Amino acid sequence: MASRQVLCNTPEGLYCPAGDFYIDPWRSVRHAVITHAHSDHARPGMGTYTAHPLTIPILRMRIGETITARPLEYGEQIRIKDATVSLHPAGHVIGSAQVRVEVDGEVWVVSGDYKRQEDPYAAPFEVVPCDVFITESTFGVPVYKWESNERLSHDMNAWWRSNSERGITSVIYAYSLGKAQRVMGSVDTTIGPIFTHGSVESMNAVFRQAGISLPNSNLLDNKVDKDLVRGSLIIAPGSTDNSPWLRQAEPYASAVASGWMAIRANRRRRAADRGFAMSDHVDWPDLVRTVKETGAKRILVTHGYTAIFVRWLYEQGYAAQELHTMFGT
Amino acid sequence: MKSFTRLYTALDASNKTNDKVAALRTAFELSQPEDILWLLAIILGKRTRKAISSVKMRVWAIEESGVPEWLFEESHALVGDVGETISLLVHGDESYAEEPLHEFMQEVEALSAMTEDEKHLWVLSHWRTMCVEDRFLFNKLLSGSLRVGVAKGLVLRALGEALGVDSATIAHRLMGNWTAQTLRYADLIAADDALQHNPRPYPFCLAFPLDVVPTTLGDISEWQAEWKWDGIRGQVIVRNGELFIWTRGEELVTDRYPELHSILHDGVVLDGVVLDGEILAYKDGAVQPFSEMQRRIGRKAVSKSMLKDVPVAFMAYDLLEHNSVDMRTQPLAARRALLETLIPQAGGAYMVSPVIHAPSWPELASMQADARSMRSEGLMLKRLDSPYQTGRKRGDWWKWKVEPYTVDAVLVYAQAGSGIRASLYTDYTFAIWKEGVLVPFAKAYSGLTNEEIIEVDAFVRKNTLEKFGPVRTVKPELVFELGFEGLQRSTRHKSGVAVRFPRILSRRTDKKPEDADTIETVLGLLGAHESHAK
Repeated sequence: MASRQVLCNTPEGLYCPAGDFYIDPWRSVRHAVITHAHSDHARPGMGTYTAHPLTIPILRMRIGETITARPLEYGEQIRIKDATVSLHPAGHVIGSAQVRVEVDGEVWVVSGDYKRQEDPYAAPFEVVPCDVFITESTFGVPVYKWESNERLSHDMNAWWRSNSERGITSVIYAYSLGKAQRVMGSVDTTIGPIFTHGSVESMNAVFRQAGISLPNSNLLDNKVDKDLVRGSLIIAPGSTDNSPWLRQAEPYASAVASGWMAIRANRRRRAADRGFAMSDHVDWPDLVRTVKETGAKRILVTHGYTAIFVRWLYEQGYAAQELHTMFGT
Repeated sequence: MKSFTRLYTALDASNKTNDKVAALRTAFELSQPEDILWLLAIILGKRTRKAISSVKMRVWAIEESGVPEWLFEESHALVGDVGETISLLVHGDESYAEEPLHEFMQEVEALSAMTEDEKHLWVLSHWRTMCVEDRFLFNKLLSGSLRVGVAKGLVLRALGEALGVDSATIAHRLMGNWTAQTLRYADLIAADDALQHNPRPYPFCLAFPLDVVPTTLGDISEWQAEWKWDGIRGQVIVRNGELFIWTRGEELVTDRYPELHSILHDGVVLDGVVLDGEILAYKDGAVQPFSEMQRRIGRKAVSKSMLKDVPVAFMAYDLLEHNSVDMRTQPLAARRALLETLIPQAGGAYMVSPVIHAPSWPELASMQADARSMRSEGLMLKRLDSPYQTGRKRGDWWKWKVEPYTVDAVLVYAQAGSGIRASLYTDYTFAIWKEGVLVPFAKAYSGLTNEEIIEVDAFVRKNTLEKFGPVRTVKPELVFELGFEGLQRSTRHKSGVAVRFPRILSRRTDKKPEDADTIETVLGLLGAHESHAK
């Protein structure tokens, strides 16, 4: 057993004393290991960014071309001072990784955000045996259980098709990194063309440059012929809801692609016409399964329904604790 | 059952009237007659009986899902609805086969004859095979708590279109207390009615709130003005010597208002007559406030002392049937003239709502402003040559309410809402100043925009002083302008006054808590209105 904590919480973020590096820190540090490129995990101002090669171009686009980045493939072990570090697929979004840290034979794994459902653009989650597992719990309540990808595709296609047949454009609100591409990969492109918001399209360009083949998409701007847009599918971030940019697509029906949509009150509150509960996080059954499969005896729970999940784990006999972080904000 | 799930999902998915009507029409067109009757009963809320209590379902769901009780409660708090929570916590293999709605509902009806164990097995066999959407509706139907978010008018329109029957006729055929078992499809589509042997009320004609300047309505001589009474809208039916009293909520309340039975016993016996009017608490020659009327509503057995304390009267304002002839197509002027000759024959508790004569709109407006002194909410304007319409039609009937009372009050308690507002603090209690202390004064739930709700929710979370169960005491900081219709002295309320129809008019970010109103200013409003009444 290690004589000191492999990882500990500091004002800067999760810190590894043996390796003198941080994982997804929220303040400027010398060396950051990054699980994935979402903005609550990858922040500006780090000396060096160690991340999966597919994450790095997104970091460059979002944070800056001039950052110092160090690519690390999945499964490749490196030594950082007294710690052995490797990245393993998390299945969350393109390039997303769990971080495995081993010090003096004790293994800690930081899940970052993860899911177990198949995603055409994210390498499938790998179970990494460990002593301590630091997990997210965004949807750590048993009411969250995702429908199959087939069912989600079927529902989205049926909705798009019926809108399209009535000459109505379909708008799906989705995060520009990850969810947007997953939606593109889930729909039947014989129904019509796909248009995108600028933030989605620039992310698509990064995906394509990395050699990933995405369905065709076109940037929606005022140069696009309105007749082409009618009945098409537009993928845009949720912030474009009711925006002047979207007004050019009228008449349209809107839907939100998010795990929150599994609950009716959330769907109603969002005031979109439809909600598709498509999530890039684990649902409750997969969360429980994953914790079990890692073999970890000690579980630290970061963001989401931490209190509920910790209590449940505790009742199941795990040594479980909340770990306060700035993720998911 | 699945066809109902599809309809429910379609209705749930759109806020657009045309989409809702289209979804309903399609469902009616594709359904067999027995299923149409059940669809109507479910959508119009004519089936409220509980087949299985949600308490029992909760116990079974905890057992079936293996989720501990506390986690079930956490889940429920998050979802906001027991039926939905259960639908999410138990899982099925989606092998449930299509089954006509009426067959399914007959099974539900048959549950009452089953033992507890048989019920349990029946529920489990459905939970384990249904998809989450079916399971949600299944639970809501069993617990009798399903609300389908669609206006009755749209249902009638869609049904009329699907069956090829005029929607006003359909409306009449669907009045009263029917169930899927007593309603007959043949009666719905019948060529004409034999209404005279029927206790069914006519669909009520409803007024639109006046949203234009009255002068734009044309010459005042084309209009009849009456006080707008604040009681219970009712229809009094006498057919074949039998009396039926219906409320606007289509509840049969004949036995609750024995005073109104005078129409059968006193004076000339009237028959084949239907009156529209307001049931009001009426004592010593004066209309009593609604709070008095409230003591009678819902009370099935009326004691002698209650009859003495809070007697009611029927303020008639329209005549829908006379000598067993449907009068609704006659102009108001003609109906009114007949009504005035009939009411004196109906016995002591019946009155005609007086017509208010004003030579000009401005003069009428000044009378309208004074409506509260008559214990009235404002004026009704009815076009003299108009027929008695079915439902809410724009143009012939207007309600011209007086401006609400307004008070600036401070948010002091907040509680999470339920349903769509679950997990957001949306139910508020407001306070006003009394001798230097803030005393709770009114509760209000509506009136804020979604953005404001989210802001207030965040404020509540950050500024909680104490928690009492679900209620949080918050730092008295936010000021709101509240509007309400009525104001009453009350010994049951800490503040000493009770309000009617409180709602939030606006958030007053320009005001500090110390700028909120005092009990003295509120009593001032009350005083003004009481002195007027004398």
